[in-house]
Amino acid sequence: MTKFQKSSGLIAPSRRDLLRYGTAGALAAPFVGRAWAQTTEINMLAWYGHGEPGIVGAFEEANNVKFVPKYYAGGDNMLALIAQSPPGTYDVILSDAEFVQQLNAAGYIEPLDAADYPFDDMLYPDFAKFPGHWKDGTLYSMMVRFGHLGVSYNTTAISAEDAMSYKCFWNDGVKGKVGHFDWHLPSLGMISLYNGNGAGLWDLDDGKWDAVQETTMSLRPQVGGYFDYGGTFNSLKNGEMLAMCGIGDWITGVLEKDGATVASVIPEEGGIQWTESYCIGKGSAKADLVKTFIQYMLSPEGQVKSAQMAAYPGNCITKAGLAMLNEVDPAEAKRTHQVTGDPMNPITLIETGRIHYRDIPVQQTLEDWNDFWSEYKNA
Amino acid sequence: MVGETAHPTAMTQRLYALTFRLPLILWYGAFFVGPLLFTVAMSFFLVKNYRMVEAFETVNWARMFSRGFFWDAYWRTLGLAGMAAGLASLLAFPAAWALAFRATDTQRRWAISLLIIPFFTSYLVRVFSWYVILAEQGVVNAIIGTVGIGPITMLNTMIGTTVGYLTLVLPLVVILQTLALSSIDRDLIQAAGNLGCPPRRLLWRVILPTAKTGLIIAALIAFILCFGDFVSPYYLGGSKPPTLPILIIDTTKSGQQWPRAAVVAIVMIVTLLAIAFAAVTAAYAKRGKT
Repeated sequence: MTKFQKSSGLIAPSRRDLLRYGTAGALAAPFVGRAWAQTTEINMLAWYGHGEPGIVGAFEEANNVKFVPKYYAGGDNMLALIAQSPPGTYDVILSDAEFVQQLNAAGYIEPLDAADYPFDDMLYPDFAKFPGHWKDGTLYSMMVRFGHLGVSYNTTAISAEDAMSYKCFWNDGVKGKVGHFDWHLPSLGMISLYNGNGAGLWDLDDGKWDAVQETTMSLRPQVGGYFDYGGTFNSLKNGEMLAMCGIGDWITGVLEKDGATVASVIPEEGGIQWTESYCIGKGSAKADLVKTFIQYMLSPEGQVKSAQMAAYPGNCITKAGLAMLNEVDPAEAKRTHQVTGDPMNPITLIETGRIHYRDIPVQQTLEDWNDFWSEYKNA
Repeated sequence: MVGETAHPTAMTQRLYALTFRLPLILWYGAFFVGPLLFTVAMSFFLVKNYRMVEAFETVNWARMFSRGFFWDAYWRTLGLAGMAAGLASLLAFPAAWALAFRATDTQRRWAISLLIIPFFTSYLVRVFSWYVILAEQGVVNAIIGTVGIGPITMLNTMIGTTVGYLTLVLPLVVILQTLALSSIDRDLIQAAGNLGCPPRRLLWRVILPTAKTGLIIAALIAFILCFGDFVSPYYLGGSKPPTLPILIIDTTKSGQQWPRAAVVAIVMIVTLLAIAFAAVTAAYAKRGKT
């Protein structure tokens, strides 16, 4: 007599097996579908942090895209990376505003349609017509955030009163403890402001340029080091550096939130504005997706994410973004003075002429400034 | 007739040998000689609107050679790398001596394994870990602070740079010196001892001359690694003052001046070739000859 073995559930499923497998299949279906629809990769060239999940995660989820970021530090570095890559390598480029003109002149970016972006919601008129972003009436880059550079200091070593002038970098108490962010543009710009060049800080004739060099050299005995992004963070956090030239809240803000005794202020001589703008890379096959991403970053949600960016915070540029920040994260809005009536409100500082947009040298070349920077570091 | 039959055999042998040499020749041609020639060519290019333009101009050479900061960085880099190589050789020697002559085989195997382990971790990570130790509120200052000394500033100084260089090369130099000392014929040492040679004389007249080749090569490798190192002088030395590798970074960062950076790179390569040639010549020189 043949004894029949009980068949396996997979070969001859029972009613219970069918129900079990059917339920499992139904639950898995959305994931199978998601995996089936191919994720589109968007190549991003940006400062550190812009391609991290905290900024792009929600957009990636909603649009089935994946950002592949390549990070740089400094506009020159950005231009170098683009110049070394074939056209179409980068779909979206985050540029410092002063380098947009160079990007455009070299043919690295696509024109944008101004009607796609919320120009009627800008917090300050300049943001709609930012220098270098338009050429012959055509928009090439869309501003998304900004921040201010001034005196960054350890609050236990320099008083708030002293910090209101760049002169505090020469204080005896910080001898050998003044650091530089290792990029000539912001540091020399600050010294130019200290020398009283005000709005003409980038447009220096020979005499003024010589004076800036002389003043900078006089700071050399105070200097403890020249640092990149990570080194600047570390040296301020561990107290190796007590003051830092060339930075602002974009670095001290992160440390401050972490409990470090550091702060940044805009001194009486004025501060420098860094401005970041998005461009669509020339030859990108994903221009429409990138446009949607730029629109997202200008939406109130995107503006709040930008203001809360873990790597470095940036101020809102739209009224709706600012309103949402005050609503969902009033503490950060207050910390960054983005509240109505605050005398250090970033927009108020611009309106009162305390802030000057970062630019490149007008009468000298970047190489001239860099040569001097090398001499200064070697002195 | 014999010659006619021998000719194809020699030819076949040469071709056979070439099949083994060819990959190495192709590799060096494609990834060393080719890029090197391109670097030389690039040093004569120009930069216009942040883009390199092919040209044959000596302006980059003239500009870099006329800058005081270039020569300052050159002599500083040479001095720092030489000092680090010398220091590493001196610090490594007692350890290598003990491993070669005093340790058992098992102890030596363990020690060499432990010396290799640091290379499992990225050099950058190892350098950053020194922040915790060398900072003003770090481990070293905490210890010396208990006896009322300090705090001593070590980060962003030459001390920091030197510590970083030694992190990079010291384990390697110990290993190379151990191998060099281990290969000395023990009978020579024993014979010198039996003939009444005092220990110091034994070291200078027997051990050092016999292990000379390995010791010089170890120091040379340490020098080469330190001379081209960017990480330690930047992150532990605070780029203050900068070395040639930092100057290369600075030059490329501003205005995309790759041609001028190529000038610095070529000067570094030529310097290393000259020093390596001199060191190898010295390493293999017979006693009493040059």
